[in-house]
Amino acid sequence: MAEEIQKFKVTIDGITIDVDPGTTILNAARQIGGEIVPPAMCYYSKLEGSGGKCRTCLVKVSKGSEKDPRPMPKLVASCRTTVMDGMEVLNITAPEVVEARKAVVEMLLINHPLDCPVCDQAGECKLQDLGYEHGALQQRYEFERRTFERIDIGDKIQLHMNRCILCYRCVFVANQLTEKREHGILNRGDHAEISTFIHQALDHDFIGNVIDVCPVGALTDKTFRFKNRVWFTKPVNAHCNCSKCSGKVTLWYKGTDVIRVTARKDEFDEVEEFICNECRFERKHTDDWVLEEPTKVSDQSVIASNHYEAFNPPAVIKNDPQLKEANVEQLARSEKLK
Amino acid sequence: MGRKLLLEHINVPGINTLAVYREKGGYRAVEKALKSMSPEDVVEEVKKSGLRGRGGAGFPTGMKWSFLAKPEGVPRYLVCNGDESEPGTFKDRYLMTYIPHALIEGMIVSSYALGANTSYIYIRGEMMPQIRIMEKAIEEAKAAGYLGKNILGTGYDLEIYVQPGGGAYICGEETALLESLEGKRGNPRIKPPFPAVAGLYNCPTVVNNVESIAATVPIVNDGGEEYAKIGIERSTGTKLISASGNLVKPGVYEIEMGLPVEEFIYSDEYCGGIANGKRLKAVVAGGSSVPILPANLITHTINGNPRLMTYESLADGGFVSGTAMGSGGFIAFDEDQCIVRNTYNYTRFYRHESCGQCSPCREGTGWMEKILYKIEHGHGSMEDVDLLWEIQRKIEGNTICPLGDAAAWPVAAAIRHFRDEFEWHILHPQEAQQRNYGLAHYADPLVPVTE
Repeated sequence: MAEEIQKFKVTIDGITIDVDPGTTILNAARQIGGEIVPPAMCYYSKLEGSGGKCRTCLVKVSKGSEKDPRPMPKLVASCRTTVMDGMEVLNITAPEVVEARKAVVEMLLINHPLDCPVCDQAGECKLQDLGYEHGALQQRYEFERRTFERIDIGDKIQLHMNRCILCYRCVFVANQLTEKREHGILNRGDHAEISTFIHQALDHDFIGNVIDVCPVGALTDKTFRFKNRVWFTKPVNAHCNCSKCSGKVTLWYKGTDVIRVTARKDEFDEVEEFICNECRFERKHTDDWVLEEPTKVSDQSVIASNHYEAFNPPAVIKNDPQLKEANVEQLARSEKLK
Repeated sequence: MGRKLLLEHINVPGINTLAVYREKGGYRAVEKALKSMSPEDVVEEVKKSGLRGRGGAGFPTGMKWSFLAKPEGVPRYLVCNGDESEPGTFKDRYLMTYIPHALIEGMIVSSYALGANTSYIYIRGEMMPQIRIMEKAIEEAKAAGYLGKNILGTGYDLEIYVQPGGGAYICGEETALLESLEGKRGNPRIKPPFPAVAGLYNCPTVVNNVESIAATVPIVNDGGEEYAKIGIERSTGTKLISASGNLVKPGVYEIEMGLPVEEFIYSDEYCGGIANGKRLKAVVAGGSSVPILPANLITHTINGNPRLMTYESLADGGFVSGTAMGSGGFIAFDEDQCIVRNTYNYTRFYRHESCGQCSPCREGTGWMEKILYKIEHGHGSMEDVDLLWEIQRKIEGNTICPLGDAAAWPVAAAIRHFRDEFEWHILHPQEAQQRNYGLAHYADPLVPVTE
């Protein structure tokens, strides 16, 4: 018999789970799922070394471990802190965590142009979600925001630094998926910017993935820019025989046209398998692809909003308790779509 | 007259050369440690001495050394942090300029104690003359057989290299320093793992301040217990203080721990009082990052006891009425200085030096600077002061490295102790452009705390 691996018991917001040693708090929370998963703007499980920077995933460790029950003195970045046996973590149940997260969101937004109405990322933007969740109604920042010129990095990708939150994800993509390191951070502090080596074009088969990993609208697909709003499109999973990548993608349909191709993303908005530029930018016809099924979209997402017909229950269902019980789900949905 | 351990021979002509340094008893510690002590003995002496890190945090050096992981077959490194760039601190530069061999001797002793065969001195890039001085001193020591292979016939090998810094304040943070030393962008690493486990090139590493390393020389020479006799409580030995600001005699002083702050400022042996017959308004006791205190709180603690130059006494009262020893950058402000302007200046510095990795520090420092600029230039409102307080509270403790805290504390302390002056700036914008708030009540004797 194989030796049983020692599991660590960790409790997050009162929910206990056994995880492998070396798991981070964030990943343990993702195994539990639901509302207690801390948001992550910079951490990306597929990119080595990412995380720890945006500070939106801060959590409070109220008990260090079974051996050393002292709480950790400061809030810790859950994406980079590994669990200990018997650790107790507070996320949404600790007021200071919620407050700190709100502060981080406010800080992330002070230099953000808030141009969501014209931003291609709107509707699938993590910063937009976070701002909606935590943001106050009014901004307290009253000074000029930092601005940059837009740059084309390569013929298919545009960099709009104004929207960037410096999560470094694209830098990790460029470092880890491509051979040449031509893409990084210039300057420091609030004048730091993502850039390429003296405006060099990024030219590599997998560089298009920087668009998918960008949590905001700083890196956009030039073949899709201003074509449509994501909530008017319908995502469909498809695949093809690609010699360079797995060929597993999501096609975004508007009517019968494929207007965008992206990699498939999981429930935490992370790319499942990176795709090549040819799949992303060149194959924009249905005949290039073998369709599988509609992409599952969370009903919380704005993308889902156009894909459900409003459900109008006949009056009889509303009155009869038995029928009411049988149609609980539909009734809840019709409440939500009202 | 206080005892001097590091700067005893500072006025001897030619003390920067190996010959004179040895004449004055230099390199005795190397001979003693390498020939008659085991590495563990040296660590034990340093532990006994109670030496605390002189770079700012005040972490016990002996304990730091004992945390160093010692896996088989992996090299260990000692890195000397000479990236002194805290505004108000210039003690390490002084030490390296005038007695470079004290640092090299300390490096040899410390490297021996830690079992490091390669050690680095990371010196701030702007201090090119000091880099040249250290390089020359290393040459001299090597020629005399104190460095290289088989030092003094004991079989111990050590090479010391000098590395010019990357030109950023953040490179003084130990993990950013290691990144920079490896040739990368000086961004602080996310801890854990700590450098004692995975530091330079992923090997166990100890990073110590210049002064801490130099202080191991008298510890080895006279024994840890002898060193611990100087000073009081957990603050032992002597400390270099770089005094600046409106003082009669600014400069670097070696003090015994436990010297009253009042004596340090006013006695002729040290700073000689406030320049031009002015009165003291405020003091930043340990480099720009530590909380600023008004004159009445720096000379006496909130309980009315005289404040002493020790880690404990300076920190007495916590954030409410205390400050910190920090790196020993003692900045005095006389009655003509404007605290708002000074706070703005510090914040401008931190904004410029923030590495931009984590959001609260990157965005928050810039935000604070803009608000302080607004207040200083007569456009502030009362809400701005509260907002400033709120922002600094949100930065503190939420960042990867202590730069966020260092940016938040001066603002917090300035608002806590000098709120009147901020409000005066806001209510009298015209007047604030033409004159300063003056001493006000900041030097009034403290009202005794009544239970």
